[in-house]
Amino acid sequence: MSFLRLLARNRLALAGLVVMAAVVVLALITPLLPLADPDVTNTADRFERPFGAAGLLGTDHLGRDLLSRLLHGTRLSLAVGFAAALIAATIGAAIGIVAGYYGGRIDNVIMRGVDMLMAFPYILLALAIVAALGPGLMNALIAVAAVNIPFFARNIRGVTVSIANREFVDAARLSGMGDARIILTEVLPNVIPVIVIAMSTTVGWMILETAGLSFLGLGSQPPQADLGSMLGEARSALISNPHTSIVPGAMILVIVMAINLLGDGVRDALDPRLKSGALSRPMPTTLVRRETPPPAPAADDAVLEIAGLKTEFHVRDRVYRAVGGVDLSLKPGECLGIIGESGSGKSVTALSVMGLVASPPGVITGGRVQFDGQDLIGAPYEVLRRMRGDRVAYIFQDPLSTLHPLYTVGAQLVEAVRAHHPTPRAEARAHAIELLRAVRIPNAESRIDSYPHELSGGMRQRVGIAMALANDPEVIIADEPTTALDVTVQAQILSLLDDLRRERGLAIVFITHDFGVVAQLCDRVAVMYAGRIVEAGPAAAILTAPAHPYTARLMACVPELGGGRRHLAAIPGLPPAVDRLPAGCAFAERCDKAQAACRQGDIPLVAHGPGRSVRCIAPEPAPEPAPDTVTEAAE
Amino acid sequence: MTPALKLTGLAKSFPVGKRLFGPPRAVVRAVQPVTLTVERGETLGIVGESGCGKSTLARMLVGLLEPSEGRIEIEGAPLDTADPAAFGRKIQYVFQDPVSSLNPRKTIRQIMEAPRRHLHGLGRAARAARIAEIFAAVNLREDFLDRYPHEFSGGQAQRIGIARALAADARILILDEPVSALDVSVQAQVLNLLADLKAEFGLTYLFISHDLAVVEAVSDRVAVLYFGAVVEVGPADRVFARPRHPYTRLLAESAPVVGRALTAPEAPETELPDPLNPPSGCAFRARCPRATAECGTVPPPLERQEDGVWLACYNPLPPTPPAEA
Repeated sequence: MSFLRLLARNRLALAGLVVMAAVVVLALITPLLPLADPDVTNTADRFERPFGAAGLLGTDHLGRDLLSRLLHGTRLSLAVGFAAALIAATIGAAIGIVAGYYGGRIDNVIMRGVDMLMAFPYILLALAIVAALGPGLMNALIAVAAVNIPFFARNIRGVTVSIANREFVDAARLSGMGDARIILTEVLPNVIPVIVIAMSTTVGWMILETAGLSFLGLGSQPPQADLGSMLGEARSALISNPHTSIVPGAMILVIVMAINLLGDGVRDALDPRLKSGALSRPMPTTLVRRETPPPAPAADDAVLEIAGLKTEFHVRDRVYRAVGGVDLSLKPGECLGIIGESGSGKSVTALSVMGLVASPPGVITGGRVQFDGQDLIGAPYEVLRRMRGDRVAYIFQDPLSTLHPLYTVGAQLVEAVRAHHPTPRAEARAHAIELLRAVRIPNAESRIDSYPHELSGGMRQRVGIAMALANDPEVIIADEPTTALDVTVQAQILSLLDDLRRERGLAIVFITHDFGVVAQLCDRVAVMYAGRIVEAGPAAAILTAPAHPYTARLMACVPELGGGRRHLAAIPGLPPAVDRLPAGCAFAERCDKAQAACRQGDIPLVAHGPGRSVRCIAPEPAPEPAPDTVTEAAE
Repeated sequence: MTPALKLTGLAKSFPVGKRLFGPPRAVVRAVQPVTLTVERGETLGIVGESGCGKSTLARMLVGLLEPSEGRIEIEGAPLDTADPAAFGRKIQYVFQDPVSSLNPRKTIRQIMEAPRRHLHGLGRAARAARIAEIFAAVNLREDFLDRYPHEFSGGQAQRIGIARALAADARILILDEPVSALDVSVQAQVLNLLADLKAEFGLTYLFISHDLAVVEAVSDRVAVLYFGAVVEVGPADRVFARPRHPYTRLLAESAPVVGRALTAPEAPETELPDPLNPPSGCAFRARCPRATAECGTVPPPLERQEDGVWLACYNPLPPTPPAEA
């Protein structure tokens, strides 16, 4: 089972599991063991030392056999602890699910009640409950369960709220299910892992709390033994006969340690956030492990040159070849579009330039990124850090997640400037206002003190662009900067980017999946499929006469405004998974022109007409060079 | 023939700043009173930008949200919101995010059986036969039924979502951005599948999207929503080719199209209206180049024009002859 395997990877959790299993087995078989009666007193043999004549662990102040009392006590403490945890989890989860699912006033009333319960110190609350019900192990159990209900209720409510708003709950409702059925069959199965995690981390506490109440004489009553009452009775002889305290104390320590280690392991194995590695911190730069020496730099006027770039993701025993040998070059003032579907490697290519691919699992296994006379692949962190945002800046898709919600946009712009160029704060602020004006934010002097959530999506993306411009970079890499925006806002942002690059001579790498955007903004375009460039060249030429079948088919399946109602020319099938790339052309599977030769060997990117190249053995014929027919779309 | 779907003055307001007791601090009108009809067998496209109320409208139609005012008639019968299951047999919903609309802890078979069991009370054998039929219709293999949602790509998951909607045997489908989470090559597959299913089962679609080109490609008629109100309704081949409402024209001119020069259709300082503080009169007034004093008085009513188009505008663009397009 994968859960056990995940758990076993955590050595400490495995140790906890083994110890806990041993203790539970011992507790279970205690009545079958040839032990002395735990409650029979024999005052003549009181305080016998361990390993003596009177049993393995000696005797207590009434001459009762300590080993027998320890095992019976452990049995009782475990039973009470687990029962309390189960009761608290069941009632707490039920309260949490009802509050989270129904929401509104029901949620408000329930959760305020829970808050009131939490306002008491828990031990005081437990004492009050036991005082009201009278001492006794059963009442201690009720008290411990009751004080832990709020913890479960709050935890489960939070999870339920997020699940109750998921679309599959709406879908269940539309399938004719009632509330009770939705709670039981849709919500509960998704909440159970959280309940288990919460239980595994609190069972130890509950055993301790029960022991605490018994220690105070409010739990198990003499002569019945549990670990807490054993400690309490041994207290008076702590100095003279320490073994009577040490024996139950050590058992409590062992049990609670084992449960907590196991609980941490269970949480790590079940929590999807931990499983996805979201909490593992990536290294400051992408790991580089080049298997072949990087190609020599081509001596031309390119500001940024990518040659043979290979980036892979190593996840356990699988290797995902996200970028499989990409060559690109960007001239000053040029806008290069990279177009492709999700998983084609366009974003990973862009992130590899500045070593921003998260490692682990990302590894750059080959190629060269030539910028400013040096190879950035494998460059020291300090070199990359100084260039990031200063010489090469990024604009990302979602400005809400790239801007820090707790700082004003002005503070973030000032920080972006001062990280690279130590300037007085007032000067940096003036520069920030200038930047906001440059991205056409109206009323920049007052907007600079706004928080990101106070701005609309379009305005936030303008701030993102202003931040990229902050240090006058040579290259801007824009990764789907308008995908999250509405069309009218997209048009504004695109025309802003176009104006800026002409005013400032910026070189832009523009990543998108939209041919319309490429046509309007880019000088050249590279089409990516399954981690490789399949076609590159001047945007206008490729969009009017695509040479690679993939480009042609992809363009055909995008409906274009003004075409009216029609059947679309879909591409059958799916792109190949990049951990199982076929030999030969990755598109052959879906291509209606595929031949036997397409499925073998490596198909090179070859020149195809003026400034164009294509990775296909049977491309559409290159058009005759007739410059007047190629209109500059960007003009 | 009675229309498949008739909305009369349907509106929804959300309270903002709820208090434990007493009225909320403010009310946001997500959908202004909307009156629309969808004929049987028709695809009505609804376009609008984020926050224009298109998803709120859709969720009201399937009973996931209670309308604040107005009424919904499905195939001539007014629907009360008391019984959500009654909605389920007549009208179904296809969600935007195909993966999050499938419960990760259920097999596809369990997901597909729910509408057959709870809406139609079918037995095991009858359910299995019908599910097999539906799966064949959406081009999915039957061995997918015993797998879990995470094993499917976005396009396959969306087919499963469509199959689930079909399993209710409803004749009206509300498609809320059904392809916006998909890649373009997969998007075309799903759009074509929807067109085939419509012909095969005689379905009526309400197709909601922010993508003008997609809406135009699949719809018979298109309704344009702005700030919770319908501003223009007309035949799909005409609405964007020859817009009459200034907002429709702005949308059409903003869409990036191969072969058209990049222009900013608006000045950068234009801001969307604030829902908490709605403008008087026409909500588009502040962005509109044709706005006059009249626009600031009362919101323009949606009225039928001489060329058959419904418009909510005091100063519409003149109708242009089709030859120009």
